[in-house]
Amino acid sequence: METAENQIAFKEETLKEVGRITAQFPEGMQKSALIRVLHLAQAEFGWLSVPVMDYVARLLHLNPVEVYEVATFYSMYDTKPVGKVKLEVCRTGPCMIEGAERIVKYIEDKLGIKDGETTSDGVFTLKTVECLGACGYAPMLQAGEKYHEHLTEAKIDDLIEQYRANPVANYMGM
Amino acid sequence: MARKLLLENAHIEGIHTYDVYRKNGGYRSVEKALKTMSPEDVVEEVKKSGLRGRGGAGFPTGMKWSFIAKPEGVPRHLLCNADESEPGTFKDRYLMEKIPHLLIEGMILSSFALGANQSYIYIRGEYMYVLRILEKAIAEAYANGWLGKNILGSGFDLDLSVTPGAGAYICGEETALIESLEGKRGNPRMKPPFPAVKGLWQRPTVVNNVETIAAVVPIVNEGGDAYAQIGIGRSTGTKLISASGNINKPGVYEIEMNISVEEFIYSDTYCGGIKNGKKLKACVPGGSSVPILPHYLVCKTAAGQDRLMTYESLADGGFATGSMLGSGGFIVYDEDQCIVRNTWNFTRFYHHESCGQCSPCREGTGWMEKVLHRLEYGHGKMEDIDLLWDIQRKIEGNTICPLGDAAAWPVAAAIRHFREEFEWHVKEPKACMERNYGLVAEKTFEPATA
Repeated sequence: METAENQIAFKEETLKEVGRITAQFPEGMQKSALIRVLHLAQAEFGWLSVPVMDYVARLLHLNPVEVYEVATFYSMYDTKPVGKVKLEVCRTGPCMIEGAERIVKYIEDKLGIKDGETTSDGVFTLKTVECLGACGYAPMLQAGEKYHEHLTEAKIDDLIEQYRANPVANYMGM
Repeated sequence: MARKLLLENAHIEGIHTYDVYRKNGGYRSVEKALKTMSPEDVVEEVKKSGLRGRGGAGFPTGMKWSFIAKPEGVPRHLLCNADESEPGTFKDRYLMEKIPHLLIEGMILSSFALGANQSYIYIRGEYMYVLRILEKAIAEAYANGWLGKNILGSGFDLDLSVTPGAGAYICGEETALIESLEGKRGNPRMKPPFPAVKGLWQRPTVVNNVETIAAVVPIVNEGGDAYAQIGIGRSTGTKLISASGNINKPGVYEIEMNISVEEFIYSDTYCGGIKNGKKLKACVPGGSSVPILPHYLVCKTAAGQDRLMTYESLADGGFATGSMLGSGGFIVYDEDQCIVRNTWNFTRFYHHESCGQCSPCREGTGWMEKVLHRLEYGHGKMEDIDLLWDIQRKIEGNTICPLGDAAAWPVAAAIRHFREEFEWHVKEPKACMERNYGLVAEKTFEPATA
């Protein structure tokens, strides 16, 4: 959802967290907090729209372009709207040989969306991603901060049911 | 019985908490170092231990530490590389999740040795839940006087925090990691200057892998000489191996660097053999970047010696008949796996992860992905195989950072050892598509193993 520019502001507690994070770096090096603050922004506002990135730039005393170039470089940031729950299925090597492609196809069929798309109710986005460091527990997907490993069709049914009943975003926030 | 130096206590209930960790001998090494040793003594023990970087390159840690510049009045930094992203590798995640205080303990020792008073753990963004485990452990360490000002009355101050990435394999390269920690895109820097001279915020910096830093704890506790007695030759100590693929017991194993590859794959202590009674086809012993070995070069070297789980033995024969220990991401393939498909998959990964600075890598990884895709999907030509060879050769060595090499090596090795399989894809496109277990066109093929 597009939010008017003047309405964009972190909640009080998020601002406190921003203060805690920036304090981890020496005076004048606050730009180092940018990557984490963008995670916070994405968690709070759903995705990184230009007004959201501009807000982060003002907050950290950066030029907007310094925020844009970072937001577009890293694959975890969404610069377009996404669903409340992102299902990020690992597709790399070891997950592939354990059936990641089957898992993706199963989710696509079940939700009626393709890789990269969002369900019409705005709950789920399906995304294939590169190695998440769970190769021994393949196939796997990440939803918010949670790793779901040793996936089977039945497990996916359960997961989707759970998240549909309670679409907790839990995206890398606080 | 194999000795464990890092994961010995990992199974203990509650070991991720300070109290349990401390009760089991945690932070002993910090008491020893800060009360009885100088920073130079710690560096000396690490040099004696023969410890080599556990992130993949295997560079001697003590030597790396000794390169750090010490200009008067300029702060130095230690950065822990917890960006673990090499496909096949998941050992650091395991260590940090199970026994986070071990990494913190190692960070204190290593920071002391380097004279760093502000250190950071840079962790990949996807491991956010692990970051939270680490932050909790760091808070406990502060509360108990192991971090902060004047630790144990030694006059040594250390602030430690953990900071996330946001999804970029390239940030595992140390200069890209530094850029990312400065809040920028993860573009690797030209070297020199090396981070040891100009790293984070242009200050002298050392970047070490999680496992490397954790290994400093047993080295200080037991002495570098004792550590060096484990293992063979220049492969000293223990190594965490992430085992995945078609094996009975995937997972993280701590091995002494003296066991054979055969034992590692087939013994019930480790991988427990190939799943479903299948035969071994190939193995990538050190993460997706290292050359794949065909079955006849996995357990034996070309000279007929037993292949060992060491830096030297896995590299025996060079790239012609050997590979690398790398990060210890040990991926096993059974007889049903398709080498072309696997190579295409890895190449797609490198294409996705190329930062785009250097043309050979930015363009070459994409070209290789395209060529491999058409081979895999039945549209390949014989000359494509030579074309692939040509592209990878032109990437290798022609980029700022090693991602180019990492993308080139798996392709080169696959063609070197499995050329016939590539040719078969050209000659028998239909059969090879039917053999595949993935999704081809709109049709779903069942896994061959099902």
